[in-house]
Amino acid sequence: MQMFPLVAKGAQVRRRGKVLVGPVDLTLGGQGTSIVIGPNGAGKTTLLKMLHGIVRMNGGSLDWACPLEEAQKRQAFVFQTPVMMRRTVIDNIAYPLRLAGMGRKDARERAADWASRVGLGEILQRQATMLSGGERQKLALARALVREPEVLFLDEPCAALDGRATREIEEILAHASDSGTRLIMSTHNMGQARRLADEVIFVLGGRIHEFSPAEEFFAGPGTSQGRAFLNGDIVE
Amino acid sequence: MVDRAGMRPLGEQRSAMTDLWAGLSQAFWLLVTLDADLVEITLRSLRVTLTALAIACAIALPLAAFLAVRRFRARRATIAVLNALMGLPPVVVGLIVYVFLSRAGPFGVFGLLFTPTAMIIAQVIIVVPLVASIAHQSLRELWSDYHDLLISMNATQLQRIKALLWDGRRALLTAALAGFGRAIGEVGAIMVVGGNIDHATRVLTTAIALETGKGEFAMALGLGFVLIALAIAVNLCIHWLGRTESEGRW
Repeated sequence: MQMFPLVAKGAQVRRRGKVLVGPVDLTLGGQGTSIVIGPNGAGKTTLLKMLHGIVRMNGGSLDWACPLEEAQKRQAFVFQTPVMMRRTVIDNIAYPLRLAGMGRKDARERAADWASRVGLGEILQRQATMLSGGERQKLALARALVREPEVLFLDEPCAALDGRATREIEEILAHASDSGTRLIMSTHNMGQARRLADEVIFVLGGRIHEFSPAEEFFAGPGTSQGRAFLNGDIVE
Repeated sequence: MVDRAGMRPLGEQRSAMTDLWAGLSQAFWLLVTLDADLVEITLRSLRVTLTALAIACAIALPLAAFLAVRRFRARRATIAVLNALMGLPPVVVGLIVYVFLSRAGPFGVFGLLFTPTAMIIAQVIIVVPLVASIAHQSLRELWSDYHDLLISMNATQLQRIKALLWDGRRALLTAALAGFGRAIGEVGAIMVVGGNIDHATRVLTTAIALETGKGEFAMALGLGFVLIALAIAVNLCIHWLGRTESEGRW
């Protein structure tokens, strides 16, 4: 069953009376990579978490083309600061498979395969909390991709990484996208946004100010705030 | 003649030192000769305490994990009560268990009073709040780390509890050791419900109380040193089994 389109109508997240995100009206199709950009505190993370369903909405609606329970099983999330479970690398990657009911042996075999794909094949038995920043992010990616989700949300996955680690992560993402995984990702890095984006969602003050094809946005944003942001000006 | 602080007569101090040395020597000989009575009450102490600890952990650890992951109306009150019960007076617990298990009590028909089972029941009641409270502190921190990840992965409530218990196992070991320390040194409640009956319910702590009452300080100290050695040995064993200090582990 098709997951997309994902349709948000007046979706809103409020905490202690303050609107963090919304109201959001958005329709996402099932192809390509959407990049969410905006200044610090714009609401990018909350928007992603709201779309993924791990932040409770206080208004509006969010509808997948398939039942919500089904949609939840077919998506994954990579956090800006990867959460390392207190287990070995292989057990971290195998964990989502075990949750889904796969046997230990099969889960570990598939986890080892994914670890190799992201370059962690040599350190399967290392404790996850002992990994470097780049390795942690690769592990988080492998753990998210191991169940072959149809949608992958990523919250600034390269925020604290050096150039080499960023390139490796982007290669993994490009491969996932080529394999048909829909990527919805936030980033501060405009170069990365230009490299990866098929469409851009520009967020400011919790609202979506622009939602347009990447070429169009980078050629000339339709809003003054978008232009200012792209020029590197301070945007509030 | 008094000491420089003017607190106690020097003769009394010497006598106390003599008792300590005599206690140490008594403990040494009791251990070397594998005194039959000592072995019997030591094994009983271990059996009662470890059984109580196992039962307490089986109750307290899942309860702690449940309180960490589940939000419900009475959650805060439950945690507050658990914390308050950490300071439960053992003698009062003993008294309550006594009333319940006595012949006229609701469970009198089982004939458990003055048996090791009654001692285990009392110890479980004393240890559960302690283990649950300490475990909850650790698991609450772990849950704050795991919260978004496990929700994102659609883990069920049971799967979340399992993940916390497994990944937090080394921190939970500390909670269990605290419970062991409380149980192995417990005397008030088990004296009341066990009765300190020779060859039946006498354990190290009640034996120490008895010897002290008889004025046999050397013997009491000897048993005390054995108790301390036992507590240290069990702690070391559990640490070793759990490999808590191994590099790169938790």
